[in-house]
Amino acid sequence: MSFQRTQEKLKILADAAKYDVSCSSSGSKRANTNKGLGDASGMGICHSYTEDGRCVSLLKILLTNHCIFDCAYCVTRKSNDVKRAAFKVQEVVDLTINFYRRNYIEGLFLSSGIFKSADYTMERLVAVAKKLRLEENFNGYIHLKSIPGASDELMREAGLYADRLSVNIEIPTEAGLKKLAPDKKREDFIKPMIKVKNEIIQYNAEKKIIKSTPKFAPAGQSTQMIIGASGENDFQIMQTSNHFYKNYNLKRVYYSGYVPISYDNRLPQIGSAVPMLRENRLYQTDWLMRFYGFDVSEILNEQHQNLDLDVDPKLSWALRNLHEFPVDVNTADQRMLARIPGLGMKSVFKIINARRFRKLNWEHLKKIGVALNRAQYFMVCDSNQFEKRDLTSEKIKGLILQNSTSKYQKMLSNQLSLFG
Amino acid sequence: MQAKNLIYDGTFDGFLSAVFYVFEFKLKGVTIQNEFTVQQGLFSENERIITDEIKANRVWNGIKSKLSSNGSYQLYYAFLSEVVGVEDLLLDFIQYAFSQRKKVDKDYSHPSILKTAQIAKSVGREKHRMEAFVRFRLTKDDIYFASIEPDFNVLPLIEKHFKRRYADQKWVIYDIKRGYGLFYDLEKVELINMDFPENFNFTKTDDAFFATQEFEFQKLWQDYFKATNIESRKNMKLHIRHIPKRYWKYLSEKQPN
Repeated sequence: MSFQRTQEKLKILADAAKYDVSCSSSGSKRANTNKGLGDASGMGICHSYTEDGRCVSLLKILLTNHCIFDCAYCVTRKSNDVKRAAFKVQEVVDLTINFYRRNYIEGLFLSSGIFKSADYTMERLVAVAKKLRLEENFNGYIHLKSIPGASDELMREAGLYADRLSVNIEIPTEAGLKKLAPDKKREDFIKPMIKVKNEIIQYNAEKKIIKSTPKFAPAGQSTQMIIGASGENDFQIMQTSNHFYKNYNLKRVYYSGYVPISYDNRLPQIGSAVPMLRENRLYQTDWLMRFYGFDVSEILNEQHQNLDLDVDPKLSWALRNLHEFPVDVNTADQRMLARIPGLGMKSVFKIINARRFRKLNWEHLKKIGVALNRAQYFMVCDSNQFEKRDLTSEKIKGLILQNSTSKYQKMLSNQLSLFG
Repeated sequence: MQAKNLIYDGTFDGFLSAVFYVFEFKLKGVTIQNEFTVQQGLFSENERIITDEIKANRVWNGIKSKLSSNGSYQLYYAFLSEVVGVEDLLLDFIQYAFSQRKKVDKDYSHPSILKTAQIAKSVGREKHRMEAFVRFRLTKDDIYFASIEPDFNVLPLIEKHFKRRYADQKWVIYDIKRGYGLFYDLEKVELINMDFPENFNFTKTDDAFFATQEFEFQKLWQDYFKATNIESRKNMKLHIRHIPKRYWKYLSEKQPN
């Protein structure tokens, strides 16, 4: 491996891959075997963090940034005048192994621009993973990005070596995709997703009978959507997301606030802010759906199409449903405890455990780590000092906002700063 | 009665032997101190405890039968925190556990249970950070070497993780602060003490000790780290919360060029 040549390629191909959000390295079941290198059976580990605060867990690179497509939102698009490069299969293998040995990474996230055809590109991605597994006896994490339009046979082979497969649907609505990525068709994303889903189902069935069935994408599949590039509302975004969770058994949907990178007039202009707060609210909603027992329609619906920016979605839901409160923490079931604003799932479990010993009061709850600033208006406990005033939603919201310091406050303030 | 101060050798077995002693003689108002951090109380009498593995095991098995596995883990984690006074906290925890019929380790409304859980959580966090932030450097002897300086004594907790993961390479993880390390020789992990050359700089990769390609891979990693940042989303406050500055000196990506 020539150090200088690789160095140059790495700079280009890491830079181009950085807009892919996923860096998860958990949820696989690939244990170290035969004293090989690596282990992907535990929880994921973030080995570093970028200066923008995102986790670095995988070596995330493109195999090449040559691309035959011209999607408006993409830095790698054909019409963009950037330096192009391509890794050799062996170079990616060497980088992965040597970074892994130094404990820099949990594994590899390999994506690619599309050269020649979908299958030609996919074949090379698979070749990297195959070499890592079979020649290097590597048991670390591998996430391969499926190339839209790749054939079923290649998707199957990819799943034999990768821990996770993903295909980015990029734009939450079909109309948006048509506008920004005229070369791409939604079916091209969906087809490989269905193939992977079916293979996983089949693997799970076969494994029950034949223990030695080779693993197939043990960490499942995920996808990503760009937020704020094509004008859709939060209701549409989360509906799409819900659809993918329900119909394709996805492990994760990622939301990526659009970072303006071109002067294309179909898109927000360079210099406009990345919608980070909105992105954050979408992730919160995603968690409420997956871990807190909320149905997406409770949070977003025809009447309520966008998430509030000033309060989190659970608080926002509670303020619209005051009739469900206050909840008695000493008797309520898990489902209702999880719906109290300011209570995370960890606090919920702690409460359920601790209340078997004695009735809990405000002091106990505070020590357990409940965010009382929000929670106090929605619960009663073993104390006669509780917020029993008949407050309206507006009043409660006002009180909570008054006493909180959001890191996003600056963005929310609609006061003009005179000397700013 | 004069208060007693039990002095043990700093090991977990030593601490458990002291606990055994407390129970054996039904002592009240007693404190337990590590011999390295002992503070003379004005009106207390010191008593040196001899570490006895058999007694220690009896106490440990007793504890395990009175707690969930998570509870006994928390106790051990908290012990490794080396926080001043942690022994007395744990003694209180253990006495409470033995006084109740139910398993008490989830009784977070009890002060020593909650405090122990909190300390254990900090130790757990640092254990996890060490699994993340260890940076191996390849030496001329083909051993991957890492130096660390954790706040808590987490080496015993990370041994298994690294042994499982790096089964095909020799490695050393050395705790500079506590002067001992782990060495994996492709078969087993051993505790080692090493002598370093005078003025040895643990943060630099000196070509007298490290392989030539080592520098190249560090450079590639630094470049990668830079290229993957999105400037328009820069958030140093968040960055520092994730990687506290005290860890920076051993992180290759955080070294000045």
